[in-house]
Amino acid sequence: MNLKRRLIVLGVFLVVAMMVVAGCGGSAEEQVDEPVEEAEEVEDTNGEDASPEAASFMLGGSDSEVNVVSRLAEEYMNDHPHVSIAVTGGGSGVGISSLIDGDIDVANSSRPMRDTEEDALRDNHGEEPYALRFAVDGVAVLVNDANSVEDLTLDQIGAIYRGEITNWSEVGGDDQEITLYGRQSTSGTYVFFMELVVQGEYSERKRNMAGTSDIVEAVIGDGGGIGYAAIGYADEDGVKSLDVAVDKSSEAYDPTVLENVTSGNYPLTRPLYQYIIGKPQGALLDYLLYEVSDEGQDIVLDEGFYPITEEDREFNKNALE
Amino acid sequence: MASITEKAMRVLFVFCGLAIILFLVGILYVLLSNSMPGLMELGFGPFFAADRWNPAAYGEPTYSLINMIYGTLMVTLGALIFAVPIGVAAAAYLAEIASPWERELFKPIVEVLAGVPSVVLGFFGLVVLAPLIARIFNLNSGLNAFNGAILVGIMALPIIITLAEDAITAVPKEYRHASLALGGTRWQTIWKTTIPAAFSGITAAAMLGMGRAIGETMIVLMVTGNMVARPDSFLDSVRTLSAGIAIDIGDVVFNSNHFHALFVAGLLLFLITFIVNLLADILIQRKPEANK
Repeated sequence: MNLKRRLIVLGVFLVVAMMVVAGCGGSAEEQVDEPVEEAEEVEDTNGEDASPEAASFMLGGSDSEVNVVSRLAEEYMNDHPHVSIAVTGGGSGVGISSLIDGDIDVANSSRPMRDTEEDALRDNHGEEPYALRFAVDGVAVLVNDANSVEDLTLDQIGAIYRGEITNWSEVGGDDQEITLYGRQSTSGTYVFFMELVVQGEYSERKRNMAGTSDIVEAVIGDGGGIGYAAIGYADEDGVKSLDVAVDKSSEAYDPTVLENVTSGNYPLTRPLYQYIIGKPQGALLDYLLYEVSDEGQDIVLDEGFYPITEEDREFNKNALE
Repeated sequence: MASITEKAMRVLFVFCGLAIILFLVGILYVLLSNSMPGLMELGFGPFFAADRWNPAAYGEPTYSLINMIYGTLMVTLGALIFAVPIGVAAAAYLAEIASPWERELFKPIVEVLAGVPSVVLGFFGLVVLAPLIARIFNLNSGLNAFNGAILVGIMALPIIITLAEDAITAVPKEYRHASLALGGTRWQTIWKTTIPAAFSGITAAAMLGMGRAIGETMIVLMVTGNMVARPDSFLDSVRTLSAGIAIDIGDVVFNSNHFHALFVAGLLLFLITFIVNLLADILIQRKPEANK
């Protein structure tokens, strides 16, 4: 009897709770934007023939790359129903260590592999790592929409992230304290930003966010916030990307304008890498060629990144030819 | 025949009992064996130096856990300050005041609260509580120790309520009757007699809630901002030991100093929780004597 009554109470409680939720519904439009497909793991994916034999790969790593690679993989799978590609995030460091451990087939990384990592990979697999550049990324510096600052120099951004500038009034903005948002050290963007912009220790007052979209969310909710993210994330409502100049005497460029990034005028750009164990073959090679094809590069552009340059194509020859 | 089954069952149960011990010893062994190389190489000093946690540094890496220990203590104690008065009051209500049907109504609700996944609470903190706190205290960001303390407190509430209610119910009826017979009101009876008599049990409830709060990871990871600097106040961002481990463990190079330093943090967390739970156990053991 006791149990039955409890269940009734529980049921009534849940129904009431659901009705309340339904009543307030409609305003919540949270969207899951990282489709992660389930895929059975097949060890040997570099089979000789690319005939409609089932092939499946695991790609993982950089959070900056996860959206664009997922999209590329989906489009590719639409035309090649026998191939199954799973894409996960976690950060470039996670991707590279998973590749070394043999858990995935391709590591997405927004930074080049370190020598120690290449050595570890050779030790584990007895094969060379091969690298592919499939897109160019600009790192955007984001602030809240309400912030009156429009442009900064690399020096100023560095000083802000080292904790030497703590108020927006010091760089021509309103009298408001600066809140720093950044990534954890797993992130390729963390290293890229540290070496190119901060050139020293990050301020210990920097808040660590678990992912790029968390940084964007935090800056949307914080009038004094500053964060960095791949340009693809920069066109959210509530944030704007700052124009960035190399130094005081040079012009500041807007990262959301295509030519500024492809011409190299916008100073915070980097190639996005994928690492493979051994020279890619078969279905995997076919997929990688698709990524750098015109069709693939259109998708890259559509996802907010930039097509690779001639120099990058030259670089890719080693892996793809 | 029956005696063989009897013996087989006995072996089975003994084995299951031993398995628990084996798990604990295994965990302790992994923690120790992985943190020892770090302690050997770096010594105890760097972990408790007045420095900061910066293993992926531009210059020399540093491994101080001090600010994270501060962060853990702030969130845990804040959670207890929030949860213990509410929990004990709710337990007293359930045990002493509520009519049977009210009890039937509220106990399942407490159980539902216990079943809310911490990631859901964390999401609530991120989306609802953080903007609210930022507005009330006029801050840039509501991701701070205060936010974490409230949510961890909410998470520890069901444990505190359930155990405190047991402790209060266990107080012999004669105590209450004596108090009432001496002319005490109901409020005086609860406040001056029942709760003091159940004090060791209530403390144990708070300690077990604390043990739960110290190790909580997901909520603090999501809502405290994870800043490595020493916090200025409850309204400043903090990083706890548990969140610190969770943030770095995915990236760390196997068998590096950074890797071993994370295990030192894990060992420290294990020891703190172990001591808190042990104290709670001792208090629970003492309860019957206190009541007789």
